[in-house]
Amino acid sequence: MKYRLGIDVGGTNTDAVILTPDDRVVAKTKTPVTRDVVSSIRDAVRTVLKNSELPSFAISHAMLGTTQVTNAIIERQRLNKVAMIRIGAPATLAVPPLTGWPGSLKEVVQGASITVRGGHEFDGRPMGPLADDDIRRFLDEHAKSCSSVAVTAVFSPVNADHELATRDLIVEEYPHLVVSLSHEVGSVGLLERENATVLNAAVNEVASLAATAFEDALREVGIDAALFFAQNDGTLMAMDYALRYPILTVACGPTNSMRGAAFLSRLDDAVIIDVGGTSSDIGMIRGGFPRQSSLAVEVGGVRTNFRMPDLIALGLGGGSRVREVDGQVTVGPDSVGYRIIQQAHVFGGDVLTFTDVAVNEGKASIGHQSPRAAKKLSQKAYREALRLIEEGIDRIKTSAEPVPLIAVGGGSALLPEHLEGVSEVIRPEHFDVANAIGAAIAQVSGRVDRIYAMTGRSRDQVIGEAIATAKADAVRAGANHDTLEIIEVEEIPLAYLPSNASRVRVTVAGQLAGDES
Amino acid sequence: MSWQIRIEDLEALAIGAAILGTGGGGDPYIGRVMAEAAMRENGPVTVYDVDELPDDRWVIPIAGMGAPTVLFEKVPRGTEPVAAFRRLEDHLGAVGALPCPIEAGGINSLVPLQVAAALKRPVVDADGMGRAFPELYMQTFHIFGISGTPACIASEFDDFVILDHLHDNHALEWIARGVTIRMGGHTFVSQFPMHGADVKRAAIRGTLSLGLRIGNALLRAEKGHQDRLRAICAATDFAGYGRGQILFSGKIVEVSRRTVDGFARGRVIIEGLDSHRGQSVTVEFQNENLLVRQADSVLAMVPDLITVLDSQTGLAVTTERLRYGQRVTLLVITAPAIMKSPEALQVWGPRGFGYDFDYALPNGD
Repeated sequence: MKYRLGIDVGGTNTDAVILTPDDRVVAKTKTPVTRDVVSSIRDAVRTVLKNSELPSFAISHAMLGTTQVTNAIIERQRLNKVAMIRIGAPATLAVPPLTGWPGSLKEVVQGASITVRGGHEFDGRPMGPLADDDIRRFLDEHAKSCSSVAVTAVFSPVNADHELATRDLIVEEYPHLVVSLSHEVGSVGLLERENATVLNAAVNEVASLAATAFEDALREVGIDAALFFAQNDGTLMAMDYALRYPILTVACGPTNSMRGAAFLSRLDDAVIIDVGGTSSDIGMIRGGFPRQSSLAVEVGGVRTNFRMPDLIALGLGGGSRVREVDGQVTVGPDSVGYRIIQQAHVFGGDVLTFTDVAVNEGKASIGHQSPRAAKKLSQKAYREALRLIEEGIDRIKTSAEPVPLIAVGGGSALLPEHLEGVSEVIRPEHFDVANAIGAAIAQVSGRVDRIYAMTGRSRDQVIGEAIATAKADAVRAGANHDTLEIIEVEEIPLAYLPSNASRVRVTVAGQLAGDES
Repeated sequence: MSWQIRIEDLEALAIGAAILGTGGGGDPYIGRVMAEAAMRENGPVTVYDVDELPDDRWVIPIAGMGAPTVLFEKVPRGTEPVAAFRRLEDHLGAVGALPCPIEAGGINSLVPLQVAAALKRPVVDADGMGRAFPELYMQTFHIFGISGTPACIASEFDDFVILDHLHDNHALEWIARGVTIRMGGHTFVSQFPMHGADVKRAAIRGTLSLGLRIGNALLRAEKGHQDRLRAICAATDFAGYGRGQILFSGKIVEVSRRTVDGFARGRVIIEGLDSHRGQSVTVEFQNENLLVRQADSVLAMVPDLITVLDSQTGLAVTTERLRYGQRVTLLVITAPAIMKSPEALQVWGPRGFGYDFDYALPNGD
């Protein structure tokens, strides 16, 4: 039997689930991250396997969604010193690497850097030959002081030859260095892509520690499964791929939660609200994947060009304070947070919260005491909270048509059965482990984001080529080619350039190889 | 009166220039980094009002040309703008020429500041477009009959091409863009060299100040937790530009784009939120936003400035970054009189962009 194990390492809990081959939940567990991440993963795996009453060999695939890489960047812990090679001189010299990085991060990550000749033009022509001797001289001097190197060439998303040649050179002559190539990490936009590549190089060691811990935890429990990491876009990377591109895991948490929630409700298009104690996140899932944000994304204070899920954060949660000033009733944005179990009326405290007014309105039954609030104030406050939520839902929606709303998170019990603009409110079973389920059900994807010169070729030819490249990428990441589907195709012509060049983005996704049964 | 632009002003100028870019002109980020590096080395830049210019002083407008996407990938060497400026200066024997923007919107408002800082010369507080426009001849300098040539185009290899004589300014646009493509899709170009007297009759004045005012207003409102959109509107009432109007706010429900003759044309449909609930408008663009339609009527049109702002931050959203589901506010600023003479409207009125109607003032004005 082929069972799948999904694990989500969050800030407070490590969640684990086991799914049957037809995606039913067999067992689940939540383990607090008390000591360290490694032991919490081990404990979670042990518990969930025990709950499932399955033999360890029944687990064929194990998927890990983790915040370890993100935390390493935010906390500036265990990061590698990175040597930086930029290819494209004399262009690009106006803006040196790591421009605009926060000082504390720069200090930890910044190794030596050089900008050498080479790189390509937007149409794929070389700007000049690659100055490999300059790279050798640079590495002869600096290879000893670094363990990781980031290579970024001008227009490598159009033509990766010079980055690939540099990698071959390093692998052959400086084998102790781990190489990150920019065209495999980010898209067009040199500085943001270089930032992402340097970050990727910097988290090398953290990623391999996380991977080793994951492997060890499974081995100790006797599980011998194919291992995968969840990434930002809601799809998976095989372990060896994840070790090369760990930076792609930085936002997998909210993505997994949305994917899991959608899956549990058996919906591909829906709005999802995750109501916590202090705040709520509202996102939208289309075709089973989170809609992505169009804004530049900062990771640890650094501009990158990753695509992350589009989320609206509301300062409204179960512990949000209710106030009345001059007849004006407000809910949030401040909250009693985890102290709700002492401070809220329903728990015998003296702070009026969103939870209290929901109980007063008969929408939920929580705690052991009746809230002491006037009926009128409760009514007004509850209505105000719903107004905030309904506005958020409307802002994330794609049309005026009512859409289904999937409500997850501890505070989702406070929501009513009917909301403006919502066709039905769905509260799926197992919503408390939606993250781990999101990881367990994920597919493998491939992506292309490049500039294509359209001259001499039809648009269909170019799009076809982009799709083929994306599919090859997905297969490299561990997908079964025959199951690949196209998730997104987007074409943006280059402005101010009458040369028929377009930027083409394609995403495909499919089943894990070896999981066809 | 002359005044100074310091490094601390560049953030505000970049924000204001993006708003004056009316959806185009390119993200000013790299221009800002380049200007900042030059000012760190040589100190603040003195800004001359047009009135202060001696009639016989040479002025050379300087700008980046080509695709912003290329600029963000093939980041400049940093020496190109100064090279384009100096080569033309030498060619003309225009000793001590002053740099001046050709375009008040987007990255090109910052390029002359880098040149001014690098050469320790003042910059002129004026430009030829009063916003962003897609083609080189779309400048008041052209409208007032000044020749675009001699011009100089420079690349990161220190390659440069002098266009000594071309029979008209449309030819300059055509040839210069061809050279730009061969040089890799983005270059820096100096053109329309002229004397102070020409600047006085032909330039759109005060546009560096305007960009700075708008950016400062937004930053101040942000800091003081005041209404950012209202602050922007109040700040645009300057140098002959109208007070900004919030035409519409809502969310983007459709974006479509296509390439026509190398320009990205398209439209975006915005569905109303809040006070505009139940209505929708369409913005049509060709790199820059050209007009706003609602049902059968045109609410605003080129050359008035139509900018899509992020409803929350008040920052400009360029046409390349328009995406489904964004919450946006449409800002319209009426252009100054010099941009609306019959001669000017012939170049950049609606007919200049292929529409079959003439410019008319926006509703309610």
